[in-house]
Amino acid sequence: MLKLENIHTSYGHIEAVRGTNLEIRKGEIVSLIGSNGAGKSTTLMTISGILRPVKGKVIFEGREIQGLSPHKIVSMGVSQVPEGRRIFPKLTVRENLEMGAYLKGKGQRAKGKGSGVKGQEARGKGEDTSRGDSRIALAEQLDHIFNLFPVLKERQKQLGGTLSGGEQQMLAIGRALMSGPELLLLDEPSLGLAPIIVIKIFKTIRELNAGGLTILLVEQNAKAALRLAHRGYVIESGRVTREGIGKELLDDPAIKRAYLGE
Amino acid sequence: MFLQQIINGLTVGGVYALIALGYTMVYGILELINFAHGEIYMIGAYLGIIFLGIFTTAGLTQYSLPLSLFLTVVLSVLFCSAYGFTVEKLAYKPLRNAPRLNPLISAIGVSIFLQNYVMLTQGATDKVFPHVLPVTTIEFSGITMTSLQIIIIVVSLLLMAGLHLFIMKTRTGKAMRAVAQDKVMASLLGIDIDRIISVTFIIGSGLAAVAGLMVAMYYGLVNYSIGYIAGIKAFTAAVLGGIGSVPGAMIGGFVLGLIESLGAGYLSSEYKDAYAFIVLILILMVKPTGLLGKSEGHKP
Ligand SMILES: Nc1ncnc2c1ncn2[C@@H]1O[C@H](COP(=O)(O)OP(=O)(O)OP(=O)(O)O)[C@@H](O)[C@H]1O
Ligand SMILES: [Mg+2]
Repeated sequence: MLKLENIHTSYGHIEAVRGTNLEIRKGEIVSLIGSNGAGKSTTLMTISGILRPVKGKVIFEGREIQGLSPHKIVSMGVSQVPEGRRIFPKLTVRENLEMGAYLKGKGQRAKGKGSGVKGQEARGKGEDTSRGDSRIALAEQLDHIFNLFPVLKERQKQLGGTLSGGEQQMLAIGRALMSGPELLLLDEPSLGLAPIIVIKIFKTIRELNAGGLTILLVEQNAKAALRLAHRGYVIESGRVTREGIGKELLDDPAIKRAYLGE
Repeated sequence: MFLQQIINGLTVGGVYALIALGYTMVYGILELINFAHGEIYMIGAYLGIIFLGIFTTAGLTQYSLPLSLFLTVVLSVLFCSAYGFTVEKLAYKPLRNAPRLNPLISAIGVSIFLQNYVMLTQGATDKVFPHVLPVTTIEFSGITMTSLQIIIIVVSLLLMAGLHLFIMKTRTGKAMRAVAQDKVMASLLGIDIDRIISVTFIIGSGLAAVAGLMVAMYYGLVNYSIGYIAGIKAFTAAVLGGIGSVPGAMIGGFVLGLIESLGAGYLSSEYKDAYAFIVLILILMVKPTGLLGKSEGHKP
């Protein structure tokens, strides 16, 4: 579904990602682990089109997407929950979610087959050109997110900035799902959250994946991430140094030492 | 006397507010003080004279005055929006990732260019706004109010209410707020940032066009340099309300208009233009974030 070929991405003269290769197949959860500054977020921002790679290709569903603008990439079905959640503090919870469905209001969506999030129907409706239908699709999608995270329904009129960290993370995930993506990029969703919330978030990730959503999960919490993932990649100073089945990596002594603190 | 000054103050205040909205919306989204914005207002005033002139020669004004006024407003707004749109594309967009000082200098350049462009094409002397609209004066208990003043106050309030609804309720309006808060996040959700920035310039310029038209009718005279003073005053209004805040610009405009006319009435009208600058200096000293402004601490 997604393939990175020899990606190099720089900030000015600093090359943060240097020659990353990575592949995600449809229906997988892939974890990308690595220490601070390894280049994980840079990789995700390159996939989403916020950063342009100096070299290399990003191929999504057979199409080269590096160099496309971020909104085009979202419209193709790639959605990102960035590091730090980035909730719009002065929009209400509901408005934050509506912004996630921004492209749907346009009436026309890029074509694409099902997705994990109420896939077929929502997407089918979104493709319709009439405004009324897109409003119905929006309401359905909102209901779906409220089912996933009931607390967001209670708080929908509250400003995003007033939510707790855990609620913000749920809102950030819900917001990213509003566009009905096929591939979800998650950047450290467990960062700074209480263990009980982390469990809830990971459970949600598993459920979304069971519903057909493909997921790329970036985590510092390597143990939990590798347990959840079908496959994993280890990134060190901008390069992928290890890859393999999640369990394999978990049992690898070198990885245990470096990332699992054992 | 007091009520009289209040009415005068609300009239100019409405105009300041309409222009101030353009400053504050652009600042909210790009953190750029668009110094060329006053020039768009000036061009709006000229376009009013030009279009009404054409309609008068063509006989449309005699045929139907409301229709020709309506067309004048629509055309001036469209043209000014096109100017605003083009200025952003040519002068600011290429500098989007440059240090902050660069687009500011570019804005000053555009301002000087537009002033000279109008001076060369329209002449350096004052132009008279055609006297097409019959002005009636209403008097009660010693206060006089012209129909034009009522129109200006009502139109400004209606436009502000309309803008407020647009920003709060529509999809594009919400996207404008989202972009103002976090551009990267907004684009990660599929919002086309360039389009939202263009919309912001188009709306701000349209409002400035209406302000220009109304002022041209109110004072009857237009000059290529009127955008300068009006621009600085509207900018002061935006700072007074808290730059970046839309309700702030509305309140700031009216407050500045009132300060000016009360100052002119009770202190001295010679210093009328100086009050705005005194206000600007005072805000910068006492409360730099303005009445409704947010502290800038969190911006990177
Ligand atoms: N905006 C920036 N400008 C310059 N350098 C940057 C910028 N963002 C990141 N870097 C550098 O690029 C490298 C990779 O950063 P990146 O954010 O991708 O790491 P990460 O793996 O996500 O780390 P973390 O786990 O701390 O989030 C780091 O050395 C970082 O200092
Ligand atoms: Mg990171």
